[in-house]
Amino acid sequence: MSFAIRSTPIDPRALEERLRDARAGACVTFEGWVRNHQDGHEVTLLEYEAHEPIAVAEGEKIIAEAKQRFDVLEILAEHRVGRLEIGDCAVWVGVSAAHRGAAFDACRYVIDEIKHRVPIWKKEHYADGASGWVNCATGAPVRNAERAAETAS
Amino acid sequence: MIDVTARYFAAFREQVGAESERITTSARTAAELFSELAERHGFADARVRCKVAINDELCDWETELTHGDEVLFFPPVAGG
Repeated sequence: MSFAIRSTPIDPRALEERLRDARAGACVTFEGWVRNHQDGHEVTLLEYEAHEPIAVAEGEKIIAEAKQRFDVLEILAEHRVGRLEIGDCAVWVGVSAAHRGAAFDACRYVIDEIKHRVPIWKKEHYADGASGWVNCATGAPVRNAERAAETAS
Repeated sequence: MIDVTARYFAAFREQVGAESERITTSARTAAELFSELAERHGFADARVRCKVAINDELCDWETELTHGDEVLFFPPVAGG
């Protein structure tokens, strides 16, 4: 299993150990952290939700695609669900390869595809007490209109 | 008319006020069912930005519905 949805903290060191390979000359990892602001609004916590069966199937598919496209040895990825606080690791992607170019490219491909395709949703809670689902045209009309404009540009 | 179960996630679930509901519908495809439910529940997201799955498999919006299907409606995703 290369892709997992977790409700407990991600352990980057343990994941890195699973990437180890004597043929590897490069290891590229990406960590997505919860930041304290979005579109000028102060964010206090994030809530992630996934539909796990399809999220895992789609995550595995993305990793299989990346292994086809890039000359890499191993790829692993994990995504958190539940309530996350500022600074928590929400997503982790790691790639080992003989050379760094393929490792960087595959890592970028996997995180970008996860963001676009995997059924995971993120609800932002703001310092002013409001909240809203990111990318959804509901919940916080003004902020979502700002995001729509940002996406369109 | 057929009976299906609609399941909602994230923003859709909050707008409907329920995780799922049984629907008796004349909709032939997932797209037609989405239009019917979007109107009933006031979904604001354009269908093109959403995804649909039937019985836990992602599928095309033009997939035909079968009596007893579980239809999952995914609003725009935001992982990472």
